[in-house]
Amino acid sequence: MDKNNSSENQEQEEQVVNPWEVSAKGKIDYDKLIEKFGCQRLDQSIIDRVARLTGRPPHVFLRRAVFFAHRDFNEILDAYERGEKFYLYTGRGPSSEALHLGHLVPFMFTKYLQDAFKVPLVIQLTDDEKCMWKNLTVEESQRLARENAKDIIACGFDISKTFIFSDFDYVGGSFYKNMVKIAKCVTYNKVVGIFGFTGEDHIGKVSFPPVQAAPSFPSSFPHLFTGKDNLRCLIPCAIDQDPYFRMTRDVAPRLGYHKPALIESLFFPALQGETGKMSASDPNSAIYVTDSGKDIKNKINKYAFSGGQDSVENHRKYGANLEVDIPIKYLGFFLEDDAELEYIRTEYGAGRMLTGEVKKRLTEILTEMVERHRRARAAVTDEMVDAFMAVRPLPNMFN
Amino acid sequence: MGYTKEQLLTFLQELQIDFAQYEHPVVLTVEAQAKYVGHMKGALSKNLFLKDKKHRFYIVSALADTKVDLKVLSQRLGLGKGGLRMAPEEALGEMLQVPLGCVTPLALVNDSARHVCLLLDQGFKSQECCFFHPLSNDMSIAINSRDLDKFLNSIGKTPAYIDLEANPPVGKDQPPDLAGLVPSDAVVLPDPPEKTASSQGPEKNHISPNNKPTATAAKVVKPSNASQREKSDSAVNLSSSFGDSEKLVEEILEKTTSIILSEVKEENMEKYREQLGTMVSNSIRKQLSVELKSTLSMFKNTSYTEGFYAGTQHQPKRM
Repeated sequence: MDKNNSSENQEQEEQVVNPWEVSAKGKIDYDKLIEKFGCQRLDQSIIDRVARLTGRPPHVFLRRAVFFAHRDFNEILDAYERGEKFYLYTGRGPSSEALHLGHLVPFMFTKYLQDAFKVPLVIQLTDDEKCMWKNLTVEESQRLARENAKDIIACGFDISKTFIFSDFDYVGGSFYKNMVKIAKCVTYNKVVGIFGFTGEDHIGKVSFPPVQAAPSFPSSFPHLFTGKDNLRCLIPCAIDQDPYFRMTRDVAPRLGYHKPALIESLFFPALQGETGKMSASDPNSAIYVTDSGKDIKNKINKYAFSGGQDSVENHRKYGANLEVDIPIKYLGFFLEDDAELEYIRTEYGAGRMLTGEVKKRLTEILTEMVERHRRARAAVTDEMVDAFMAVRPLPNMFN
Repeated sequence: MGYTKEQLLTFLQELQIDFAQYEHPVVLTVEAQAKYVGHMKGALSKNLFLKDKKHRFYIVSALADTKVDLKVLSQRLGLGKGGLRMAPEEALGEMLQVPLGCVTPLALVNDSARHVCLLLDQGFKSQECCFFHPLSNDMSIAINSRDLDKFLNSIGKTPAYIDLEANPPVGKDQPPDLAGLVPSDAVVLPDPPEKTASSQGPEKNHISPNNKPTATAAKVVKPSNASQREKSDSAVNLSSSFGDSEKLVEEILEKTTSIILSEVKEENMEKYREQLGTMVSNSIRKQLSVELKSTLSMFKNTSYTEGFYAGTQHQPKRM
């Protein structure tokens, strides 16, 4: 049973995690978060099971516990073993043109899931949400949605298995019918409890949650999933999106659908250290996909919070504090080779390797990644975006 | 080579754009220009050539009495408070290929100015016609804003009219309203061949007197995406072959053979002996897997897109 939400309001909040705000005094306590939200930890047995079922090594984000929590992922795997497929659903709120590495994390993982399980994917661009919350014009939010779509496509999704849609374009028809069905099942008091709306918030905000919930149900996509009302949905997302889907999971059985399963990641730490999410409005808190090799080197050297000691002598004596060192954390995300990471952690922790070397290796890896992304991005034409976003059947989506 | 005044005027005529032209002695300022054409039908324009800290260039073209505050504009473009400066004189010659005192939106006809962002005063739209220099200070032409748009569209630029005197707040929850117009820093790569082919469909037919293929190819990409290339990358070539299988195969073979050649050397032959083959194969896999997967998925997506587009234009068989 999902945890009762009313207790959230009564507790004195030390850390705040919801879709619009992530902050904490010091580090985010993920154990507390899992307990409070009521989801499960992703343990090694599940990771091994994934490797077995997909016939390939588990993604680096699974191995390093970047994706660390889930709801009903085991059910998805059980069904998959029985030959029942599922579809993936993820999304982005296009609030800015500048995408940083933290934004790419869920998409990189989703691409892996698409390739490993050979399943279709729907990607929702919540331009309406950003229009409402960030007070953008409709045109600007639509424009940002298309720009972001290009970066998303550059992550390498298979066009024959992927449908990208923006709310302003797609809401209507069966999707809207589901939105209304969902809305009927959620009282005003409940959304206030989950999302913290007040009497001052405009009604657009209050009626938005069904928009993000609707893609969890296959009947929202009649051009893709007609006759497949039983198809399960798996949602890879960052853990701050959990409230939307707690609400959705609550509603699903009442509408006769499977509850969507979730697989959740922790937050990508800002360059300056782990006190919250990266911010798209502070250019030095993150590495952007438009950064040049020089920018990346500069940002890592100047702004990446180091766990090393203040002098070479002290460093050799005491070693680095791996808990707070940002370059080590970033390597955890992006250095594929487990053995090399282990080696660096050991040497740096013991003081035999210096911060400069760690930063140099990180810069290499990030530069290569960003370059590859840029090359792929440059090949994305407007026609390609149109094709990804066209309401069309995907006959080979399970191949 | 830059357009001459005559070439530009011919170009405008070919586009069937009406304009009134007035010759006068060389003028370097709006005041001087006013002495000769101020009493004629048409509003005078002032034109600023600006650059930002990231070496991106802008032309701000406004009615002579519109107040232009560079600090406000800089913030609205998302460049911070002091992000915009007057561009240096050399840039005028290099990029716009016009003399001093001759900044004009019409300079965008030159290929060297293709990355320059043009900001137009929305005030132009309510004027019957406005005066601009046609690449030379000894003439002024009066042209209507609709015709200016026609000219800009024909050279692949989207006209951007803004209220230059507006001063909207810019902050955490109010992103800079003009940020979308800034030429992005994204790497500009030679347009892949299939881009040019598919562009003939959706884009209007452009009359280009000098038949400039680079201008045509650039039209597919919206102006806000095209920008300066920061460094030239041999790896960059891969993206231009996403529509061309022969080129793609050649580049893949090139990368693979270069790894083989670099690994098969005397010291490795001694070290690995009969295991050399295994070692080189592992090396190839390790270095190329991720890149090849990325390349081939782009190839697939590109092919699908071409097919999809063709499908939308498909005409049913005639019975």
